[in-house]
Amino acid sequence: MSTAEISAADPAFRRRASARGSGLEPLFRGACFAAATTLLTALGGVLVALFIGGWPAIAKFGFGFLTNVTWDPVQDVYGAAGPIVGTLITSALALLFALPVAGGVAFFLVELCPPLLRRPIGTAVELLAGIPSIVYGMWGLFVFAPVFAKWVEIPAMGAAPAGTFWASLVQGIPNGSGILAASIILAIMILPFMAATLRELLQTVPAQVRESAYGLGATTGEVVMKVTLPYVRRGAIGAVMLGLGRALGETMAVTFVIGNSHDFPKGLFDAGSTIASTIANEFNEASGLQASALIALGLVLFLITFTVLALARLLLRNQARV
Amino acid sequence: MNKLFAVAAISAAAICGAAAAASLTGAGATFPELVYNRWAKDYAAKTGNTISYNGIGSGGGIKQIEAGTVDFGASDKPLAADELAKNGLAQFPTVIGGVVPVVNLPGVAPGQLKLTGPIVADIFRGVEKFWDDPVIVSYNRGLKLPHLPITVVHRSDGSGTTFLFTSYLSGNAAHWASGPGASTSVNWPVGEGGKGNEGVAVVVKQTTGSIGYVEYAYAKQNHMTYAVLRNKSGHWVSPTAEAFAASAAGAKWASAPGFNVLLLDQPGANAWPISGATFILVHSKQTNAQTGHDVLAFFDWAYTNGNPAAESLDYVPLPDGVKALVRKSWAKITGPDGKPVFK
Repeated sequence: MSTAEISAADPAFRRRASARGSGLEPLFRGACFAAATTLLTALGGVLVALFIGGWPAIAKFGFGFLTNVTWDPVQDVYGAAGPIVGTLITSALALLFALPVAGGVAFFLVELCPPLLRRPIGTAVELLAGIPSIVYGMWGLFVFAPVFAKWVEIPAMGAAPAGTFWASLVQGIPNGSGILAASIILAIMILPFMAATLRELLQTVPAQVRESAYGLGATTGEVVMKVTLPYVRRGAIGAVMLGLGRALGETMAVTFVIGNSHDFPKGLFDAGSTIASTIANEFNEASGLQASALIALGLVLFLITFTVLALARLLLRNQARV
Repeated sequence: MNKLFAVAAISAAAICGAAAAASLTGAGATFPELVYNRWAKDYAAKTGNTISYNGIGSGGGIKQIEAGTVDFGASDKPLAADELAKNGLAQFPTVIGGVVPVVNLPGVAPGQLKLTGPIVADIFRGVEKFWDDPVIVSYNRGLKLPHLPITVVHRSDGSGTTFLFTSYLSGNAAHWASGPGASTSVNWPVGEGGKGNEGVAVVVKQTTGSIGYVEYAYAKQNHMTYAVLRNKSGHWVSPTAEAFAASAAGAKWASAPGFNVLLLDQPGANAWPISGATFILVHSKQTNAQTGHDVLAFFDWAYTNGNPAAESLDYVPLPDGVKALVRKSWAKITGPDGKPVFK
């Protein structure tokens, strides 16, 4: 019997077809399970490897590794407080700068943009998200830093009355690199990413919901704040956290513009460092305890990122209950 | 039949290939990467032997040769005799470079600013805060130094350049030696870091009143505003190829195990005070005599024929006397049979 003669109505064929399907089923389930667990295993493996690699430093410095500011490769004394604080400050500032703009871009594209402009602007945002970070770093160092020094840092330092809080906030070297400059570069980097995700989210709001709100006489602002944003709240927090995650781990662009000093930054224009930039700077030539301290620093970054994601989950769960 | 013939032809080709051309790998310091690659290219054109060199950093080079994953390692920071003995390594220098202080001061041209070792150390410690400090002015009567705060710029990445520079500062100031000390990266008291020579150069260029340090070749090729230093014999010298060669000529190579010599504050009227050689590391007991021979044959060829290429890239070749000493030292690099691998 050739295949052409088999018809779907033939009971024998149907039996065989379903038997073959159920035969493949365990394979399919197994493949999916393997795919999922491979990731989990890799994650666990990374965590264990970081812990083993960082153990000599963790054992030697204990909790002081997190609170001590001294990073001295000559004396083999390592405290990560400077890079940890630098990481948290730059990421938080980047989020602060990027979030309103990313929201504005997304709202404009979904609610206000003339249809003719929607595609070009949307594509531009997505293209921006794809620029490699080293390019942002070079642009930041060669183009942004001199402009930033001339038009922001020097005027701000000149305008600040000596001895005030304002003056201590803007102290540092006015050459365009430092904590604030790194935060702004970071903000520019995470902005398109967050804007693109937010736009996708806003587009999932059913048209009926929006149209009804407009129909009731709501303004665009009211529709955004009271209807669409609450509708995508959970996803929006996820988008923000993904942006924060990228800011926390960003390496090359920050290394170029942050000034690379292990001390606590004294002001917004002062040089600082982040965990990622410290690792990128020193890992090449590190050996012994220094290499171990850098791996422990990687572990700290891993835990910070993990905490951020966990917090995001917690926020989402709490909101889901309301 | 045809198949058999093809197999025979392929194996014959493989055997011939193995005998005719060696393929070597090396890894380590980034500073000599340009000249090693140029030598490798010229050497391949002459002999057919290929050498691939990866500039992954001195620390990485040391790790890789210790692990035996490369045929030779390279480091800007010479290993001490006990470290060499512990890992069964032999060490020899290839070319010389140096470190140059560079400044960004309005109205100051290259070679005009005069500095001494102790003053440079005080600047990098943050003790000298302004360019018109009386101590700096006392050496620069003819210059009009502005009342500008001094901004220190250092390397943010671990680097042989930093090792040489901080070793120089340690030798010139007790405060520096007991404070930050000398290493490929140190706990800088003040200032900000730039990644690589180019990173330091950009920050210096963009910061009025700054001082940094870069490799000689980088400073020269980019026409940076270098400072003149006072050397051990009391002369003011500019960083030139001759000044580095003078530094190497006066050093006591013969008495240093593993040629572990830093060319800092060397005697000699023209010696530049912050010079240093870069080094090659090989196992002193080679497991494969042919590989050991091929590595040393490459550097032997480079010593004989590589000077013009090195000079065109602004590296300073070793003096002939030092090359002779190195060649003599190769007799101690032996194969599994205990005989020298290179004659």
